[in-house]
Amino acid sequence: MSLDAATVRRVANLARLRLEETEVEKLQAELNGILGWIEQLQQVDTEGVEPMAGGAPVEVKLPWRADAVTDGAQAEKVLANAPDREGDYFGVPKVVE
Amino acid sequence: MMRPTDLTLAEGLEALEAREISAVELTQSFLDAIERLNPRLNAYITVTGEAALADAAASDARRAKGEARALDGIPLGIKDLFCTEGTRTTAGSNILGGFVPPYESTVSANLKRDGAVFLGKLNLDEFAMGSSNQTSAFGPVENPWSRANDPEKRLVPGGSSGGSAAAVAARLAMGATATDTGGSIRQPAAFCGIAGIKPTYGRCSRWGIVAFASSLDQAGPVARTVEDNAILLRSMAGHDPKDSTSANLPVPDFRAAVGRGVKGLRIGVPAEYRLDGLAPEIAALWDQGLDWLRAEGAEIVPISLPHAKYALPTYYVVAPAEASSNLARYDGVRFGLREKGSDLKDLYERTRARGFGAEVRRRIMIGTYVLSAGYYDAYYLKAQKVRALIRRDFELAWGKVDAILTPATPSAAFGMDEKQDDPVAMYLNDIFTVTANLAGLPGLAVPAGLDGQGLPLGLQVIGRAFDEETVFAVGGVIERAAAFSATPQVMA
Repeated sequence: MSLDAATVRRVANLARLRLEETEVEKLQAELNGILGWIEQLQQVDTEGVEPMAGGAPVEVKLPWRADAVTDGAQAEKVLANAPDREGDYFGVPKVVE
Repeated sequence: MMRPTDLTLAEGLEALEAREISAVELTQSFLDAIERLNPRLNAYITVTGEAALADAAASDARRAKGEARALDGIPLGIKDLFCTEGTRTTAGSNILGGFVPPYESTVSANLKRDGAVFLGKLNLDEFAMGSSNQTSAFGPVENPWSRANDPEKRLVPGGSSGGSAAAVAARLAMGATATDTGGSIRQPAAFCGIAGIKPTYGRCSRWGIVAFASSLDQAGPVARTVEDNAILLRSMAGHDPKDSTSANLPVPDFRAAVGRGVKGLRIGVPAEYRLDGLAPEIAALWDQGLDWLRAEGAEIVPISLPHAKYALPTYYVVAPAEASSNLARYDGVRFGLREKGSDLKDLYERTRARGFGAEVRRRIMIGTYVLSAGYYDAYYLKAQKVRALIRRDFELAWGKVDAILTPATPSAAFGMDEKQDDPVAMYLNDIFTVTANLAGLPGLAVPAGLDGQGLPLGLQVIGRAFDEETVFAVGGVIERAAAFSATPQVMA
């Protein structure tokens, strides 16, 4: 499978990365180099193999916790690094006209 | 007495307890060394000298009252991927802007609880994505070692924990925190002639560490000796309810395991790691390591890890996929850099294009692609299945052996101008380390010798899940046999 320029633009859009037209060709070549190398995985017989999700070396059951509020009331801390704020809200450009 | 910066961490604790030195004096020695050498090495992004001296004074006061804790007064560097309350945390990226965390990562909080003094935040590849520390938005780190026949050539310290490894090797910290997603502790440790362990997945909490690939990321220490690593890991590790993947298991006394020896242990040698074109020096060091273990009473057992050769391509599907998801949070809205845009989408796109460096953007693109509709099964699901087979290879091996010995890296440190044009050539650095991440197993890099140019080379010990003690025992034997005493050219 090889990426064409249109796919590179589509993936950049999905990833919300602005891509200048001048960057497409180089990125396309780099990505195809990496994907071509990854292609060797298709040689592996994985018939009937359960995919490994998560990183635990042995199967573990994730713990449950009580459905209880454990924090909150930290608006100042939450907003402390905001690039733009209005009162207790994050500021963004107008979304709805 | 030795120069304070030459003390190992274990020796530092003894000197503090014997009142041969105060924590303030020890900390000041390291701050002086940083001031002198950091402009060249660029190992620290942020130095927190004032806070360090205040914490050191508090440590001295505790010790005077007989209340010293496990690491009291020990000056450490913190990889700038760990959030530190009130101290800027960059992840080596421009996109975090001037982010100052309002909370402390669990691992660094554990170290503080035990009395450690933080000297500052250490440089790294951007979002820990790299093997040379050259993707950092804060500039590359220089390896304090250089080639005997080409002393002017500047070498990379490895990555992503390049700042951590360079700082410890050059005596700009007694030890440091690091993280390892595909080899980011072990490869730089090997390149800089120090030891470093990636513990079992789940041994250390990931809470408060800037996420790269959540099923692979694991924190661990780097330090000059195996014993120092054992001391640090004991403080860093432990169950944390804030990370659901953190293991609810007791933390053993790792230090006690370092001197245990290997008599009666079975050490595996995976046939598949004997790569075509493996550098003769690396192969010879590996054989030497096996001889050392045999001489101490271990049995050497050939094993097979048939899917190991697929580990790197598997990693380069799984890790970018998880990264593309984790890095979706950097949108210019709640924290970090913001670029102005004509609308919200334009703001996101401009912020992310400007804030992320080239390697991070490449990985986000790969990750987004392999997770996208129509490609998910062929790439992501396939990689997860191969990953299961890699894990199974190890499970089968543990029926025959107690630990595995391999080289840590396929080469010694390379030049800053090498391997820059081909991403895949750079990825091959992690060929020996990445299997342990995929299988979730502990891996320790130990300095074991020098190459023909006088550069350090390391061996790697891989162990069973949550059996870091055996890993430390094997590493301890390698360390004592190697008696590695060479020092870098740039050193405090």
